[in-house]
Amino acid sequence: MLRRSFISRAALGCAAAVALFGLGLGATARAEERFITVASTTSTEDSGLFKALLPTFTAKTGIAVRVVAKGTGQAIDLAKRGDADVLFVHHKPSEDKFVAEGFAAERKPVMYNDFVIVGPAKDPAGVKGSTDVADALGKIAAAKAPFVSRGDDSGTHKAELSLWKTANLDPAKAEGGWYKAIGQGMGPTLNTAAALEGYALADRGTWLNFKNRGGLAVLVEGDKRLFNQYGVMLVSPAKFPHVKAKDGQSFVDWLVSADGQKAIADYQIDGQSLFFPNANEPGV
Amino acid sequence: MQDFTQALTTALQMIVTLDDGLTRIVGLSLRVSLTAVLAATLIGLPLGAAVAALRFPGRRGLSVLLNTLMGLPPVVVGLVVFLLLSRSGPFGVLGLLFTPTAMIVAQTVLIVPIVASLARQTVEDLLVEYDDLLRVTGAGPFHTLTTLLSEARWSLLTTVLAGFGRASAEVGAVMIVGGNIEHATRVMTTAIALETSKGDLPTALGLGMVLMTLSLLVNFAASLLREAAKR
Repeated sequence: MLRRSFISRAALGCAAAVALFGLGLGATARAEERFITVASTTSTEDSGLFKALLPTFTAKTGIAVRVVAKGTGQAIDLAKRGDADVLFVHHKPSEDKFVAEGFAAERKPVMYNDFVIVGPAKDPAGVKGSTDVADALGKIAAAKAPFVSRGDDSGTHKAELSLWKTANLDPAKAEGGWYKAIGQGMGPTLNTAAALEGYALADRGTWLNFKNRGGLAVLVEGDKRLFNQYGVMLVSPAKFPHVKAKDGQSFVDWLVSADGQKAIADYQIDGQSLFFPNANEPGV
Repeated sequence: MQDFTQALTTALQMIVTLDDGLTRIVGLSLRVSLTAVLAATLIGLPLGAAVAALRFPGRRGLSVLLNTLMGLPPVVVGLVVFLLLSRSGPFGVLGLLFTPTAMIVAQTVLIVPIVASLARQTVEDLLVEYDDLLRVTGAGPFHTLTTLLSEARWSLLTTVLAGFGRASAEVGAVMIVGGNIEHATRVMTTAIALETSKGDLPTALGLGMVLMTLSLLVNFAASLLREAAKR
């Protein structure tokens, strides 16, 4: 009997401790209860853009922004399930489809960055300095040099596939194992490329913020086909009544406002801008 | 080798300065995993003891099932809980996706089979000694279970620690149902995954060292508790 009461007391004690701990943390969480959930891409998170941008917005509006960073494909899927208030991604055809299917009333262009082809500094395919991305990809394929692909249905992956198309190549039919689709985010793809001394398509933001570069360097850049447009949309409150339409719309409006656009332009690493605001450019 | 020294320095720096981000992440990790362990213990121990000591139809099948579920991949648990809690899922109205509660649910599902299976084995072994006594005294099911669990409590502490180890080390489930949201659902393991994907390997490894230290402390505390109680 004595033992049992000891056990129950110990268990009670543990339970109380855990509960108190939980309550304490719960209280801190409640203080910032006003928040929106944004489904976005790994490039905006890994590049450090959100870290620079969001505190400004939160200070101004009192709305905290919770970012779930996934590949563009997965982010769109989250939004389609109603698990996010705002969608902020970079693949215009998918975004237009999202709007056409009624998941959002409108899409607004926000900014662009560009993709670069990174690869080993010794450059076995000889693409360094090229400004013709199709030609460069052709050379990499011809040399059967290792190329690491996201392979995760992200915006970057989709962009990569359409770039292969412009080079009239189909990496799905690649032979000899030089084309490696690893099904992971931008960072892991760069980690793999660094370890394999391979080539990869990367968004410049993630690349500039990436620390484990090994022997990799930017080899191909500046081709117009490498531009990467970002769009933002409020998930339709008509479709999902629980969507925080007012606060979500504030975020969308702020991103394309003069203030938001300036904050985007101001985000730099080593004096280089990572994203270029273009909310007012027609047709992007 | 330089990577490891740098990681160690980073880890020490984070611990010594009580880095604000780190304290939050550690706090949430502990809160999520300890709550999950508590829930799994409350469910798993009686369940395991019942499978060991009581006679009911489907008992053997349940025992095999629990053993199999010990090998549940965290990603699969995460995915299932995600689909259930998603706004388009059956429990979507609760709005629990991307909250610590969702992470606790996922980890609980993950470790109940571990706690129950290991408890079943422990109690089964103990039953060899107690079977006659319990039969002679004509103990009912409730009395049987409480007696056995109470007698086995120190062995069961290891069972609970195994559950805690699994919960605090997994990344697949909490990544999916928590979303790794800064200041909301980021825990040790998802933070490590994030730093790795940023290519900041020293910070990632440093966080790993902090996680191991934390695990060491929990296990040390448990061992002290056991020593103190045995005396």
